[in-house]
Amino acid sequence: MENNKNITAYERVQAARSGKRPMGGYYIDRMVDDFVELHGDRRYGDDGAIVGGVGFIGGKPVTVIAMERGDEITDRMRRHFGCPSPEGYRKALRLMKEAEKFNRPIVCFIGSSGAYPGIEAEERGQGEAIAENLFEMMGIKVPIISVVVGEGGSGGALALGVGDTVIMLENAVYSVISPEGCASILWKDSAKAADAAEVLKLTSRDLLGFGVIEKIIEEENRSAAEICSELKKTILAELSEKCAMSEKELLDKRYHKFRKIGA
Amino acid sequence: MDLLKHLGFGKDKEKEQAHDGIKIVCKKCGAETELSVMTAQSYVCSCGEYQRMPARARINSVVDKDSFSEMYGELTSENVIEFPDYEEKLEKAKKASGLSEAVVCGKCTIGGNECAIFVMDSSFMMGSMGTVVGEKLTRIFEYATKNNLPVVGFCTSGGARMQEGILSLMQMAKVSGAVKRHSEGGNLYIAVLTDPTTGGVTASFAMQGDIIIAEPRALIGFAGQRVIEQTTGEKLPEGFQRAEFMLQHGFIDLIEERGRMQYTLSKLLSIHS
Repeated sequence: MENNKNITAYERVQAARSGKRPMGGYYIDRMVDDFVELHGDRRYGDDGAIVGGVGFIGGKPVTVIAMERGDEITDRMRRHFGCPSPEGYRKALRLMKEAEKFNRPIVCFIGSSGAYPGIEAEERGQGEAIAENLFEMMGIKVPIISVVVGEGGSGGALALGVGDTVIMLENAVYSVISPEGCASILWKDSAKAADAAEVLKLTSRDLLGFGVIEKIIEEENRSAAEICSELKKTILAELSEKCAMSEKELLDKRYHKFRKIGA
Repeated sequence: MDLLKHLGFGKDKEKEQAHDGIKIVCKKCGAETELSVMTAQSYVCSCGEYQRMPARARINSVVDKDSFSEMYGELTSENVIEFPDYEEKLEKAKKASGLSEAVVCGKCTIGGNECAIFVMDSSFMMGSMGTVVGEKLTRIFEYATKNNLPVVGFCTSGGARMQEGILSLMQMAKVSGAVKRHSEGGNLYIAVLTDPTTGGVTASFAMQGDIIIAEPRALIGFAGQRVIEQTTGEKLPEGFQRAEFMLQHGFIDLIEERGRMQYTLSKLLSIHS
């Protein structure tokens, strides 16, 4: 613990962004049995930055939606380095509605520097796609567990983050703006990102303190496999608690969980 | 000065004098126009260019005379995450805008139709949404849900407010929840997007209206133009992220001129009443 506290906010940002850090696909591979990937938004296309599908976690049927940046360079380019396009958010919503129809809970894995900033993404309504997810997720009648596993980059991350329980891995970060963006606005110098990371209060412990997230999965002295196993246990415990709730209780609690932030 | 008084300016002598001789410089043609004249023209320059409109002038330009009563005006922001220089920024914004925060909420009638209204103001920290803006918006939607009232919302914002960190980001979810509940109650929400509406506001309540109106040429989008250019290396097309572009791509219902906004809102509210 002592050691952990000495890690700076910016070191955590770098850890969260590391190319070696497991992203959504890793957790699907190791946590979800019989996973069947389901593609496309049935509107325009299939976004590689968001992987979705169905399977079992600990024997329980779930819908899983995960941000994924890919492995080698061509795969990463295809996935826009994990920055979702409107089609990705619309695919996610389509799969959430399918989960709702079959009364199956939803698990989301978040890790992205943000929604893709591109001409075509704007033409196809990046803002509208995120807005629609926030609006609809507030009313989805099955439990939603969101896990920030890497960088939680602003609205593009929140679009999968309206969960009944929001979990963060210890070294994941979650912020309204990147430290570089903040530093260039605040000090006209993106090189001061490390200072900006401190003032933004974007670490898992900061967010737990603010009541923005419910749980942290500790990472120190744990292998990726051990972290995954601990996360799986936590997700299953949350799912069994949320699945026991009535629809009304679930939705009221979800509403008030966000309602109380900054009230 | 009667006109100014009617429009919410110069509630006392001192303030009236303070506004004497104030000129608004058109961002397009550079012409200087007296504040009183500009107000009478609804902040449209003689050259036709739309100027950004203060919240109180906006309210007076669309609501029935004397029908507006403000709500939640007592809420003011604090430096919740101890962000550097935020208090000073808030003080400056209050002085520049004459407002306590970047959104003004209340109830009013428009063409005789009772409704709840919110109006954002870009002169208060670029209309950015922190916890107080989020709270005021949530409250006005909750009030409208409880009383089965339509909501008319004028949006203008640079997005979520950096100075309140993650708490600002969470306001997007919080307000979206209130809009959702208002909608589930069968109530109408008309969003009016004015220049500029970007970032986290576009990615939440600005795009959640049953009907979305935009002012001509208003900048409307999610990502910032410089960020898009830097990321993609592409040159942005002419008219990119303008109201006309959004209409062409199917994301807004209509573009309406400022001078006809009250009339159009009245018609839409009557049809839904």
